[in-house]
Amino acid sequence: MTKKFSLTVGPLQFNWSADAFSDFYARIADEAPVDRVVIGETVCSKRTPFYEDRIPAAIERLQSGGKTVVLGSLAMVTLEREKRAARELFEQTALEVEINDLTLMNWARPPFSIGPLINVYNEATLAYLAGQGAKMFCLPPEAPFASVEKLAAAAGECGAEVELWAYGRIPLAISSRCYHARVHGLSKDSCQFVCDKDPDGLTVRTLDGADFLAVNGVQTMSHNTCNLIGDLDRLAAAGVRSLRLSPHTGDFVAVTKAFADVASGAISGDEGLTRLRATAPEAEFSNGFLFGACGAAELTPA
Amino acid sequence: MSARKLELVCPAGTPAAFRAAIDAGAHTVYCGFNDETNARNFPGLNFSRDELGASIAHAHKKGAHTLVAINTFPRAGAVGFWHKAVDDAARLGADAVILADIGLLDYASKKHPNLRLHLSVQAAAANSDAIAFYARAFGVKRVVLPRVLTVQEIAAINRDIEIETEVFIFGGLCVMAEGRCSLSSYATGKSPNMNGACSPASHVEYREEDGELVSRLGGFAIHRVGASEPAPYPTLCKGCFEAGDYKGHVFEDPSSLDAAALIPQLAEAGVTALKIEGRQRSRSYTESVVRNFRKAVDDYAAGRPVVAGALRDLTEGQTTTAGSYRKTWR
Amino acid sequence: MWNSKDIPLFPAVGAAVLRFAPLTPLSLAGAHLVKTLIRRHPSLFARLGEQADKTFLIDPTDLPFAFRLAPHVDAPSLETVRREDAGAWDARIGGPLAALLGLVHGVYDGDALFFSRDLVIEGDTEAVLALRNAIDNEEIDLATELTALLGPLEHLAAAPARRVSSLVGSWFGVALTREDERHA
Repeated sequence: MTKKFSLTVGPLQFNWSADAFSDFYARIADEAPVDRVVIGETVCSKRTPFYEDRIPAAIERLQSGGKTVVLGSLAMVTLEREKRAARELFEQTALEVEINDLTLMNWARPPFSIGPLINVYNEATLAYLAGQGAKMFCLPPEAPFASVEKLAAAAGECGAEVELWAYGRIPLAISSRCYHARVHGLSKDSCQFVCDKDPDGLTVRTLDGADFLAVNGVQTMSHNTCNLIGDLDRLAAAGVRSLRLSPHTGDFVAVTKAFADVASGAISGDEGLTRLRATAPEAEFSNGFLFGACGAAELTPA
Repeated sequence: MSARKLELVCPAGTPAAFRAAIDAGAHTVYCGFNDETNARNFPGLNFSRDELGASIAHAHKKGAHTLVAINTFPRAGAVGFWHKAVDDAARLGADAVILADIGLLDYASKKHPNLRLHLSVQAAAANSDAIAFYARAFGVKRVVLPRVLTVQEIAAINRDIEIETEVFIFGGLCVMAEGRCSLSSYATGKSPNMNGACSPASHVEYREEDGELVSRLGGFAIHRVGASEPAPYPTLCKGCFEAGDYKGHVFEDPSSLDAAALIPQLAEAGVTALKIEGRQRSRSYTESVVRNFRKAVDDYAAGRPVVAGALRDLTEGQTTTAGSYRKTWR
Repeated sequence: MWNSKDIPLFPAVGAAVLRFAPLTPLSLAGAHLVKTLIRRHPSLFARLGEQADKTFLIDPTDLPFAFRLAPHVDAPSLETVRREDAGAWDARIGGPLAALLGLVHGVYDGDALFFSRDLVIEGDTEAVLALRNAIDNEEIDLATELTALLGPLEHLAAAPARRVSSLVGSWFGVALTREDERHA
């Protein structure tokens, strides 16, 4: 059976302990049927010191598990040490880098990837970046399906591929202000790393009581969990070649297996969805940005 | 020692506001076409081609400059529509265009090598290396800095780069990195990046409920305010929510930026131009804000003290903040 | 903290008298006024776009009646209605008469009046925004528009009308003419 999609595990977005970090990547390395793993801190550079010494071992294990490892960059680079770290991603390793802030274009070494936090909304921007050496584009999660089709075609013409955010809470905004610190009455500089209390993000409810958004340090995410497992046929038809699964707590290997089984045709999208509902019973799934009236819309079947 | 003269860059949502800005002392006016090519794409606002041509001519007669904001991200399959906006702005004599999209910058730099390019705040270029990339790749001459930086960081950026910087001095305040925010899109399905409107009016609803004014965006409650409280815009990042045990403004209080008091520091930090937000506001707003800030800029240049805080009534929440310019905001 | 703007209310005595005023003449004058406005300000429609098909309730909360505005391209109308039988509308803009006139004349900023709760909007927010922006751009002067109703006699009436409205305006603190005209 031909495989329609390559699967990518996106960078861990949350502040997990160093042990949880190591355990997670060990399981992905050994058990997850995925092709690529993007690793590295994308949200807050203050978190890095807690686990950076675990990264080399995680990379090694992933590689021995047959995964292609890509280094993910920080979403918003402002401080000097952040700029230095961004530059070192290219200068100190031979691994492919996924760019999440255009600052990195200064040092980009082909081939590189473009992450979902870069504004690639049209063919011209995609072609420009492909001309600089970008080979894989994870599109902005808010891109509607009509755009995805056109961007996938444009990527094909440039010898590049597009990937879609297919599972996980969606990054919606990034700030220089830390909301986890703010809701705990702390300042960003003395945040006490309170974002570690919410390993999948802290849900934000409206005053009407509706679950709406989620706070993850300086990042704001969707409350809903994006889930495109029921949409793989139309994504394949649109020319999408890769799916991004974004890490969460719980049995994430089971999530990757469900996507792999639907991608290979072993089970149907409906069966895949049923499995994911059992794996993550608390998650509210959505494919609204692609197929609904808005990003927060309920899951609409194909 | 005489202080540096700062350029005042003022908003205009209509030709009438444009003339009001010039009359009130704007050195430069920025505006956009009446479509989704600009980030203030609200009903009844902005300029037709003819109106822009007449306004640019008026500005030039008065010795002022016009910047045309084409600062959304072209939709896939519709790039030509944005190209036409750049071509028309150039043809009508714009002194510069304000762009955010890489593909559009690439187009403008090749097709109109003599057209001055400014990098929109929507590009969120928040450090000197990011700015250097845009300057080198597309010949950008000025960058509008994101509202996430402190005065010290702005000074450091100006030491490292060779192009001009423009910073926001007054008006609405984005809490999130601009051009990188899908909150409004998540609630409404209309993307500020592609469609040019945050909290689009078509999805805003105001209702009186139990003596409170409730505002909703895309059906999500953003605020409930009592009869004696100021009413805010229904922007998500200034909404009132619950998170864990916290109830309140999770992201930002409904307040506006007023950095008039920081004009001397911003000038010393090497800033070239000060920008007033508010293309969606009336000509009455434009007139009073521009007049006040022109005086402030002139006072600073003449070595007189700068008077701040005169415009609170015009601001959202009717309270103001110096925003990220002071580090405590974070 | 928060200040309401010091917006004068229409005198209660006047409002009480108006309660018994017949509305038909006002409606006839309104219809005529709106037709003249539209003839003299064609770009108003361009700005309103598809929002011109909507119906607005312009509601001066200190008067005993309101205005039902339908700026439809083919058959524009401005009816004077009792609040209780205003009929269906898409959007309502409510506030003291002085605030509403001040908006038309560019004396006040609509958002600022909204922040301070002097202006209330209900219903179709998009339509309200379009109308507000379209009117703001026209630099309308109602005194001029009213004298324009006189047609060929316009030039005879213009100066006296301006003097009267300026006088009445200064009594009540209401902007009956355009901001820059008053300064001129």
